[in-house]
Amino acid sequence: MPIQTMKGALRVLLVAAVFFAGVWSHASGVIDEFLFYLPDVQYLMGQHLWLTAVSGGLAIAAAIPLGIVLSRPSMARIAESAMQVLNVGTTIPTLAVLALSMSFLGIGTVPAIFGLFVATLLPIARNTYAGLKGVSPALMEAAAGIGMSPTQRLFKVELPNALYVIFAGIRTALTINVGTVPLAFLIGAGGLGELIFTGIALYDTVMMLAGAIPTALLAIIVDALIATTAFLVVPRGVNPSRA
Amino acid sequence: MIQLDSLTKVFDTPKGAVVAADHIDMEVPAGEICVLLGPSGCGKTTTLKMINRIIRPTSGKVYINGEDTTGMDTQDLRRGIGYVIQQIGLFPNMTIEENITVVPRLLGWDKARYKERAREMMAMIAMEPDAFLKRYPNELSGGQQQRIGVARALAADPPVMLMDEPFGAIDPINRAVIQDEFLKMQQELKKTIMFVSHDIDEAIKMGDRIAIFREGKLVQSSTPDDLLAAPRNAFVESFLGEDRALKRLNLVKVRDVVSDDIGCVRPDDTLEAALARIDDFGYQSSILMVNDRRQPVGIITRSVARTTKGYCRDHFLGIPASVNLDDDLRKVASLMFAHDTTWLPCVDDDGRVCGQITQRSMTRHLGSRYRALEGDVSPNATALTDTTPKE
Repeated sequence: MPIQTMKGALRVLLVAAVFFAGVWSHASGVIDEFLFYLPDVQYLMGQHLWLTAVSGGLAIAAAIPLGIVLSRPSMARIAESAMQVLNVGTTIPTLAVLALSMSFLGIGTVPAIFGLFVATLLPIARNTYAGLKGVSPALMEAAAGIGMSPTQRLFKVELPNALYVIFAGIRTALTINVGTVPLAFLIGAGGLGELIFTGIALYDTVMMLAGAIPTALLAIIVDALIATTAFLVVPRGVNPSRA
Repeated sequence: MIQLDSLTKVFDTPKGAVVAADHIDMEVPAGEICVLLGPSGCGKTTTLKMINRIIRPTSGKVYINGEDTTGMDTQDLRRGIGYVIQQIGLFPNMTIEENITVVPRLLGWDKARYKERAREMMAMIAMEPDAFLKRYPNELSGGQQQRIGVARALAADPPVMLMDEPFGAIDPINRAVIQDEFLKMQQELKKTIMFVSHDIDEAIKMGDRIAIFREGKLVQSSTPDDLLAAPRNAFVESFLGEDRALKRLNLVKVRDVVSDDIGCVRPDDTLEAALARIDDFGYQSSILMVNDRRQPVGIITRSVARTTKGYCRDHFLGIPASVNLDDDLRKVASLMFAHDTTWLPCVDDDGRVCGQITQRSMTRHLGSRYRALEGDVSPNATALTDTTPKE
C-alpha cells in the first residue's frame, strides 16, 4: 500500500510540475520564442532525417552482408581480427571520424554521410556477426543433416535466429546516428545541429533547446520505430519480447 | 540396408593424426535397428556422421540400399536419410508444422500434401495436431520436442535413419516411454536405423543388433543376446558390466521359459487331495488353487495340507503375484525376490493360468546359452529348450 500511495503522489506531483512549467513558459513568453524557430526546426529536421536515413540505410546495407561474410566458416581465419579492427574503430569518437572524412572529402553532405555511415556501420556489423555466430551448433548440424544447402541454412535458419540480435544492433546504431547528426553541422551538412551549435555560440538557450529537444524526440521515435519493427518481423519462436 | 566398407576417418590435430574410425566394415540389414555402442571417443558418432557426410570420410565407402553414395550430391543424400540428434535441433524460428515439413518442403512437395503429412506425423507420434502444429518449439517440453524431432526425420519417409543418442537428453521416465513408442512405430515402419548410444540398457532394448566400438575399431557386432552371452573379449565384457547375465533377463520373455505342466487344485478339493497332488507333482512347499475359469485365486501350503482337515477353499493363502506370458524375465526375477518365492504362476491375457515359471528354469535357460557357446557352438545356435523341472 505505501508504495502505491507514493506512486500516486508522484503522479500528482508530475502532473502539477508539467502544469506549472506550462504556465511559466506561457507567462514568460518562451513558447512564443520556440514558435519563432518552428519553420527552422521543420526544415532542419527534414535535413536531419535525410542524413540519418541515407547514412543509416547505407550502413545497414553494407554492415549486414559484411557480418554475414565474416561469419562464414571459410572466413573463420580472418573474422576475429576483422572484428577486432571494427571494435577499435568503434572507440574512435564520431567527431574525429567526421573531422577525418572532412579532410579527405571536403565539407558538405557527402563527408558527413560518410562519417555517419562509418560510425553506424560498426555496431550493426558486430551484432550481425555475433548473432550469426551465436546460432547453436546443434541447429546448424540439424539443418545440414536434413539436407539444407549452405544458402538455405543461412536464410531459413541462421538469419531468422540471429534476427533479434541484428535488430538490437540496428536499434543501437540508428539511435546513436540520430544523436550524432548534429555534429554534421560542424562540417557543413546542416541538420538540427545548426540550432544547437548556433544557440551555444550565441548563448541563446531557447535556440539551443529548439535544436536539442527535437533531436532527442527524433532519437526516441526512431528507437521506438525499430523496436516495433523488430517485434513484428522477428519470428515469434525466437522473439523474447513475444515469448 | 546400410553397408559400410572400410570406412575410415583420420583427424589431423596439432598433436598428430588421430584415427577416429579405423576401417569399419559393417552392415545393417533392411528394417533393423543397429545400435553403435561404446565409451565416449570410441568412434561411434564419427562412424554415424560419415554416413550422411556431416563428417567427411577419409577413405572407404557407404552403400545405402546397395547404392554407392560416394558420387551422390550431399544435399540429395541427406534429404533421403532421416537424422535425429541428441540436442533435438528443432528450428526455434519455425512452428511445429514448419519444422516437421521442412524436408518435404525442401523436396518440393506441394502445400496440400505436406500439410496433410504434418497431420499424419502428429497422429503417428500421438500428439494432437490442432493443439500443437501452430506452436513453437520453445513452448514444448523436452520429451515433446524430441517426438517432433523424430517426426521431422520421418516426414519425407526416408528408408534409412541415423539417430545420434536421440533420447539422451530426456529424463529417464519420459525416455522409457518414448523408446517404447518408437519401437512400436518401428514395428510398422520397418526403417533401417543406425542408432548411437552409450547406454547399454538402451542398446539392449532398442537394438536388433549391437556394434561395440573401442578406440575407432569395431570390436563386436552381434544380437544383444549373443553379445551378452558371449562377449568377444575382456573389453566388451567389462563394458557390458558384471551383471550382464541379469541384463539378459530383459531379452527373454516368460513365453520362452514357461512350463505348461502345472498342478492345481480347486476350491472344492479336500486338503487330503491337495497333499496327494503336491506329492504327485513333487512340489516342495505349495500348490496353486484356481477357480472354475482357471484363474489363480490362492495357494495351499504343504504344512497346512498335512496338518489340517477340510476343503481347500477354507485354508488357502493369497497368491503373491502372477506374471503374463509377454513379461520379461527381469520382471519375473524382481517379483520372485520381492515375494521370497521360487516359482510364479503364468497367466495369459484373459488371466487364465497357463503354466508356471521357476527360478531353476530361468537359470537353466540362461545358463544353457553359456554352455552352448562355451562348447564352441556357433553363436547363432538357438537356446536349448529343456523340460523345466518342478520344485
